[in-house]
Amino acid sequence: MRHQWLSVAVLALSALVLAQGRYQIGTPLTEQEVQQWNIRPSILANGVGLPPGQGTVDEGAKVYTAHCASCHGATGEGGAFTRLVSEPFPITLEVDSVDFAVGNYWPYATTLFDYTRRAMPFATPGILSDSEVYAVVAYILYQNGVTDGSEPMNAQTLPRVQMPARTLLQLDPGTQKRFPWLKLP
Amino acid sequence: MNRRKILQLLGKSVAAGAFFKLSTGLAQGKIPQGATEPMKTLGIPLREYGERSEFEQKVIRYISPNLRSRHTGASFTPLDQLEGVITPSSLHFERHHSGVPNVNPAEYRLVVHGLVSRPLIFTLQDLKRFPSITRTYFIECAGNGQNGYRNPPDMTLTATRSRGLVSTSSWTGVPLSILLKEAGIKEGARWLIPESQDAAAYIRSLPLEKALEDVLVAYAQNGEAIRPEQGYPVRLVVPGWEGSIQVKWLRRIELTDTPVMSKDETSEYTDVMADGKIWAFTWLMEPQSIITYPSGLQQIERGFHEIRGLAWSGFGRVRRVEVSLDGGRNWKRAALEPAPDPLSAVRFKVNWAWDGRETVIMSRATDEKGNTQPTQEEFFTRWARNNRYHYNAIQAWRIGADGRVVNGDRTLAGAPAQLGAAGRGGCGGES
Ligand code: HEC
Repeated sequence: MRHQWLSVAVLALSALVLAQGRYQIGTPLTEQEVQQWNIRPSILANGVGLPPGQGTVDEGAKVYTAHCASCHGATGEGGAFTRLVSEPFPITLEVDSVDFAVGNYWPYATTLFDYTRRAMPFATPGILSDSEVYAVVAYILYQNGVTDGSEPMNAQTLPRVQMPARTLLQLDPGTQKRFPWLKLP
Repeated sequence: MNRRKILQLLGKSVAAGAFFKLSTGLAQGKIPQGATEPMKTLGIPLREYGERSEFEQKVIRYISPNLRSRHTGASFTPLDQLEGVITPSSLHFERHHSGVPNVNPAEYRLVVHGLVSRPLIFTLQDLKRFPSITRTYFIECAGNGQNGYRNPPDMTLTATRSRGLVSTSSWTGVPLSILLKEAGIKEGARWLIPESQDAAAYIRSLPLEKALEDVLVAYAQNGEAIRPEQGYPVRLVVPGWEGSIQVKWLRRIELTDTPVMSKDETSEYTDVMADGKIWAFTWLMEPQSIITYPSGLQQIERGFHEIRGLAWSGFGRVRRVEVSLDGGRNWKRAALEPAPDPLSAVRFKVNWAWDGRETVIMSRATDEKGNTQPTQEEFFTRWARNNRYHYNAIQAWRIGADGRVVNGDRTLAGAPAQLGAAGRGGCGGES
């Protein structure tokens, strides 16, 4: 009997708290405060989120030599860690997965900016300026033969770069069945 | 031991064919010298934090000696040395990309923003105030089983190195749907982009529908705070889906209308298929099973054995596990004990008296949706030989006449020779 009264009281209380179906826990943030927290904003495949700034292949070669070559090799291959340059474009069934790299496996160029700014250099992420990231991205794409290096990389040019492996990419059919609205960018 | 017990034991061993050994063994020398020593001195006093026995220190995660950095890569749960269903937190497998961050819970915050009506920031205490739920789920790395891509098969394979990138825990947290409701989902939101507080600022894309269905924002693992390697203080638990989408050290969730196509959903965790296409968003973990005893590099004697193993499926409950004791010709149904929970590993068992003849044993799981584990040959009609993920073919163990257990998988024809060391840098990769 006492239990019943207790649960009625609890219900009444939660109905009160749950006005509008919410618990009123958590602190609202202004857009500006969100930006302060968002120190590595995501770059979407359509280019949304790309910052101002730009970089050329030549500038990128310098950034690469200074900050990347020690791990990824002098030209993007032959280093101790993941190779960034590889052939053929795109991969085939005969290519060892060790040789999957930016030029032959990555479907979106924007990912290279997002990832480099987020996570590289491995031990000191966050030290590159946005223009240095654009530059090293320009260099890696050029090294892979994906671009001819004639234009600098920036928020307009990068999303337009077509990656050879994009033609191979398709949605898992099981995933498509479960989420019929889902489309790859 | 009293007389009745000894007689019972003898009776059992006769049934199991081990009579000879025991009957000659009751004489002097069979009772260990030190066995009564602990009865003569006081034991260890009370202590605030428990330790496992000093004799169990060798039960550890497996880390490949070939890794070039221990800040990325994986450590494997020692499946062949564990019992039951729950993985001890300290032996849960690890996979991280830039080391384990040291997060101070007092400074921990989670921000939900993007296509929401009210961007919100939560402290750890805030998250714990919400209604909580506790569920037992397996978490499996998409690279689990990667050693199965090796051809010819690795004869030094153990159950741990075959499927040790899976672990099962009791997870407690707040349903993500509650936090999203709190922030107010805006029209047009289809995706969530969860971000990690590690040095990789790791991100992935997760469809809003799944987030609303059963995703947990977890802060406890097996009753205590989540271990640092598993995402302390807060991680996503995405039941049944690949481990890599269950973002650890969760700091930010952005709601968007498109996926981000991050490095770890394009360069890694995409699958090369037998037709040369690359599949994206292969989130669901298909049925798996592995015999953990007797398994690779173990040694058994003639007589009775309870064959034990683990099975799980991202589609739901494991409905049935079958075991073959004759290289796949005949299959018998294993007991599932305890009763299986959905999206959790289950323990399976089969009683077996080994007659000392060479044989090959194997297991296959079927889930409640009717999905069954494929053979190696069937697996490679779907997936490419140079793929790195989602290997779930049946694992065979060969038991030699000497009782030594080794990998019983067959060498497949036509595999490119250079595929020996599968996947450098991938999640199941050992080099
Ligand atoms: C200290 C060594 C080190 C340095 C320096 C370094 N990287 Fe890396 N890089 C790594 C490691 C290790 C990985 C694999 C990370 C993982 O496991 O997720 C990696 C991965 C990458 C990848 C992903 C490759 C793929 O195909 O998945 C890219 C791109 C990359 N690095 C670019 C760079 C760039 C650009 C720089 C210089 C600005 C740089 N790295 C500097 C160690 C390094």
